[in-house]
Amino acid sequence: MQASRAPGVAFIFKKALISALVALVLFSLMIGVRTEPGPQGLLIYETRFGELAAMVATVFGGSIVVELLRQWWGPVGTVRVVPPQVTSALAVAGRWVAPVLLVFTFLVPVIFYNERYILDLGILVLTYVMLGWGLNVVVGLAGLLDLGYVAFYAVGAYSYALLATNFGLSFWVCLPLAGILAAFWGVLLGFPVLRLRGDYLAIVTLAFGEIIRLVIINWQSLTGGPNGVTGIPRPTMFGIPLSPGDDGLAALLGIEFSPTHRIVFLFYLILALALLTNWVTIRLRRLPIGRAWEALREDEVACRALGINTTTTKLTAFATGAMFGGFAGAFFATRQGFISPESFTFQESALVLAIVVLGGMGSQLGVALAALAMIGGFELFRGLDQYRMLVFGMAMVLLMIWRPRGLIGHRAPTVFLERNQAISSDLVKEGHG
Amino acid sequence: MSVDPILFVDHLSMRFGGIVAVNDLSFGAERRQITALIGPNGAGKTTVFNCITGFYKPTSGSMRLKHDDGHKIQLEQLNDFRISKQAKVARTFQNIRLFPGMTALENLMVAQHNALMRASGLTFLGLIGAPSWRVAEKKAIDLARTWLERIDLLDRADDAAGNLPYGDQRRLEIARAMCTEPALLCLDEPAAGLNARESASLSELLLSIRAEQGTSILLIEHDMSVVMEISDHVVVMDYGVKIAEGTPQHVRDDPKVIAAYLGADEEEAIAVMESGT
Repeated sequence: MQASRAPGVAFIFKKALISALVALVLFSLMIGVRTEPGPQGLLIYETRFGELAAMVATVFGGSIVVELLRQWWGPVGTVRVVPPQVTSALAVAGRWVAPVLLVFTFLVPVIFYNERYILDLGILVLTYVMLGWGLNVVVGLAGLLDLGYVAFYAVGAYSYALLATNFGLSFWVCLPLAGILAAFWGVLLGFPVLRLRGDYLAIVTLAFGEIIRLVIINWQSLTGGPNGVTGIPRPTMFGIPLSPGDDGLAALLGIEFSPTHRIVFLFYLILALALLTNWVTIRLRRLPIGRAWEALREDEVACRALGINTTTTKLTAFATGAMFGGFAGAFFATRQGFISPESFTFQESALVLAIVVLGGMGSQLGVALAALAMIGGFELFRGLDQYRMLVFGMAMVLLMIWRPRGLIGHRAPTVFLERNQAISSDLVKEGHG
Repeated sequence: MSVDPILFVDHLSMRFGGIVAVNDLSFGAERRQITALIGPNGAGKTTVFNCITGFYKPTSGSMRLKHDDGHKIQLEQLNDFRISKQAKVARTFQNIRLFPGMTALENLMVAQHNALMRASGLTFLGLIGAPSWRVAEKKAIDLARTWLERIDLLDRADDAAGNLPYGDQRRLEIARAMCTEPALLCLDEPAAGLNARESASLSELLLSIRAEQGTSILLIEHDMSVVMEISDHVVVMDYGVKIAEGTPQHVRDDPKVIAAYLGADEEEAIAVMESGT
């Protein structure tokens, strides 16, 4: 065991040399040579062998460090049975992390009342927590890889924006409508992809996301095209506007108006929506439909043999995930007051999917932690300017080496007789699409 | 010979391109009896199973299922999950197909999907936690508990199915199929990979299912000790056609069957038998 864990100095050096060689080939043109337009418009070039050597040396050293770190952390990619103590300790910690986080989240607007930046960031994080939880139904539970989740976010946002600006419907009427419309589009996406699995499913969902965005850009008469929709009504507290006027909430309560009131209201609104998503998902997991989703992820053929209608099971997963995406979209529209197709690019889908994968597919707490790390952590590195992406990417790579199945990879059973014990991630399938 | 067959397979043929896997096969499975389908490797047994359980659409022929209440169903007209849901035919697989990341109990709960879906009012009653749903859920857990007890896995109910020993997984798969409350249980090599003791307990389980649930059983098996011990009726296939049919004793002494299994000519087999007696 010890021998296989420590492959020896020769192995590490060989690996580092190969990495350095690849770096040399890659960087020799990218960094080693620099071209510039000369004074007569001709291209002149200068060589930067010093920087090239530094980069190659960094890769060489970094490869050794990574290899040593991997040995320190233990084997990766091999089957490792989680010791019961670790599992139970994690379970105990897990029981406390969630309530503490929840209480803290409730208190954020109280603690940081005067810090607009933190409140805005909190709203952003919670939006992604909600999107992550919504996508978790499709990817984490049902095991259907969806790369076009942003389409439902867009449908929700545009549903609210257009219904509110054209028909003057209030936010609370539009919210369920946005969810229903997004769910409808989820079913529409579901039908053609029922027979697809894995990579093929991913490609079609990716295309679906792009189609929705392109339709929004080009259907100018309805959506305003690239100019987007402006003047989307701000949310009201069940009819009472949060404005400085005489009929506003501040005037009614007899307190001085402050723009922060609206931010705090938005914070609690998205918190309530996210918690609703969480509650529904937890309930659904314990209902036959949720178990059928997870069974579908584990083995589709066995599901059919047990009389489970895989078609409707997949469609309900798509529809449920899409509905939560639609809610989040409606919230996004009312918060921004302005939406345009630029907000619904593939990058958003990728970000939400990264949150789900990083958090641990199927784990509610893991997804919330991952959203906090991805959105909040990204802001933490703001001081690093242009190196922000680099540091962030490295952090993600390290995290995936350390925990290949996400922050919380193990699965909690939905029903138990005696012992509520977590199931090791080695046994849980990821689904084939 | 057929008094009241639960399943009657009539002139079933299945072709894959130019290959004829099953050729004009007819046989019946008696109600509340154990019918064994045996034959050498590649005889087409699993293909017959896949036709009966809706995983393949047969090229020609028909399969008629007659429930206890006289209700008749043409299996070739149903597809996929409807075979299990409407015709009440459950099956297990040659290579075990449990849900490895779910607990033994959860596996048995998934099997009761259709009954629970109705009880949960297509999820909506369950979502609001209606009392009727709670009662139904408790009943489902009790049914699962009963089956776990019968397969001797009650103490491992909360362990992941993928962590169970091979023999336990085989029995769990049978229990899962039984949780769908089938009229006909199709078992694809249930004794494969089991040791003698495990095979004996499997035979016991199957006999008790027949006696207590009154479920008709159709099984494919290579383990002759199991087949001879528990089957009421044996159908022997080779190269996609039926070569013999009858009681275990009758089939065991049939020269055609011996020839098929020993890979010898019929005449040689007869010669071998005659020299033996």
